[in-house]
Amino acid sequence: MSSLRSITFATLAKDIRLEWRSRDAINSMLFFSLLVVVIFSFSFDPNAEESREIAGGLIWVAFLFAAVVALNQTWARELRNQVLDAYRVSPAPANALFLAKALGNFILVSLLEAVMAPLFMIFYNLRALGPAWQLVPVAILGTWALVVNGTFFAAMSLRTRSREIMLPLLLFPISIPAVQSMVEATRIILAGDGSARFWIILLLTYDVVFTTACLALFETILQAE
Amino acid sequence: MKRALPILAGLTALLLAYAFYEAIWVAPMERTMGDVQRIFYYHVPSAWTAFLLFFVNLVASLVYLIQRSAKADAIALVSAEVGVVFCTVVLVTGPIWARPVWGIWWTWDIRLTTTLVLWLIYVSYLVLRRFSDSSETPKLAAVLAIFGALDVPLVYFSIWFFRTQHPQPVIGGGGSIDPRMLHVLLINWLAFSCFALVVCWWRYRLEMLRRAVDEAESLESLMGVQP
Repeated sequence: MSSLRSITFATLAKDIRLEWRSRDAINSMLFFSLLVVVIFSFSFDPNAEESREIAGGLIWVAFLFAAVVALNQTWARELRNQVLDAYRVSPAPANALFLAKALGNFILVSLLEAVMAPLFMIFYNLRALGPAWQLVPVAILGTWALVVNGTFFAAMSLRTRSREIMLPLLLFPISIPAVQSMVEATRIILAGDGSARFWIILLLTYDVVFTTACLALFETILQAE
Repeated sequence: MKRALPILAGLTALLLAYAFYEAIWVAPMERTMGDVQRIFYYHVPSAWTAFLLFFVNLVASLVYLIQRSAKADAIALVSAEVGVVFCTVVLVTGPIWARPVWGIWWTWDIRLTTTLVLWLIYVSYLVLRRFSDSSETPKLAAVLAIFGALDVPLVYFSIWFFRTQHPQPVIGGGGSIDPRMLHVLLINWLAFSCFALVVCWWRYRLEMLRRAVDEAESLESLMGVQP
């Protein structure tokens, strides 16, 4: 167990250090989601009441698209110099690698959300009418729902032709219930329209189910060559 | 065994013709909807057949992950392909019926949405199989099938809650069905299941032959390299 933890954190620290030096993923994600937000604002032109109804959808779709940008780069780095092959033959547990990658993506996407959410609030003149603190668990659970499956499917699409387009094709259909839960929970909280509890529980269920599935099946995917 | 498939195909053709006759001429006319209700005899059997095939796909995928047998993988591929075709029939016949009866082509009702998401998941399954050409395709596909199966109940619950909060216009079903209609429906279901079985069987043989040809060709090119 301690080896799992130490290997996870070693890999995570390496990824964060690499990202800190290049800042490729975070910069492209930030700019990409900024573009999405601006383009949305031109295509809808909402007033404050309407935007409260649709903002949940817009913000999560923007994050979903931006997350794909980061997720696509997750494993590409390891293909250079055959790092992934080296990992495959090493005795380190496969799940340590998966957890490190998923946590790395989680940190990246959370950073993106922390920067973009206030900007979004400003652009669309939003103010939560419901309990705003509930947005925090929604954001954490929702982000994990996106990155855990995204990291897994990115590893899967490594083995395919044109893998950059393959990832969203695999990820989006499976993510539909998660996206619906995030959007509905956010909409309910922003509009102060009832309780978001059901959606938060559904998100939690989604996270538990798919984290278990990813951890159980990642070894199979990593060894696939 | 070689004969079994053509015989089954012939019987299926007869059964389909009989089921068509029953559905169009024998089944009683529905009082409010009229003749358009007869699409029900194609819509519902196709849906049951599609769900059955997706279930076969899941079982075959699990068997493949445990035993790594090439046959299980071929069955998984075939059932997904034929299942997507039947699911497409469901998604096309549904709106044709809904337009005159409900007055709308589509509504985001629980069953419609779940079927659509299921269809999307299996299309992405087939895209994965098409885009991945390594020998590990079966493994990746089997894993994706399991993820899809885990997803479907979550989709169902999310829409169930969403739609009970916001009631929809008219949704049929829940009522009783005339026994003569049920009879016709079951005959059609039997005919469609036999049809699916024939198509799957044929496609399975084709897939096994294709693999044998691939193997023979790669073996031949390997032999050719040696002096």
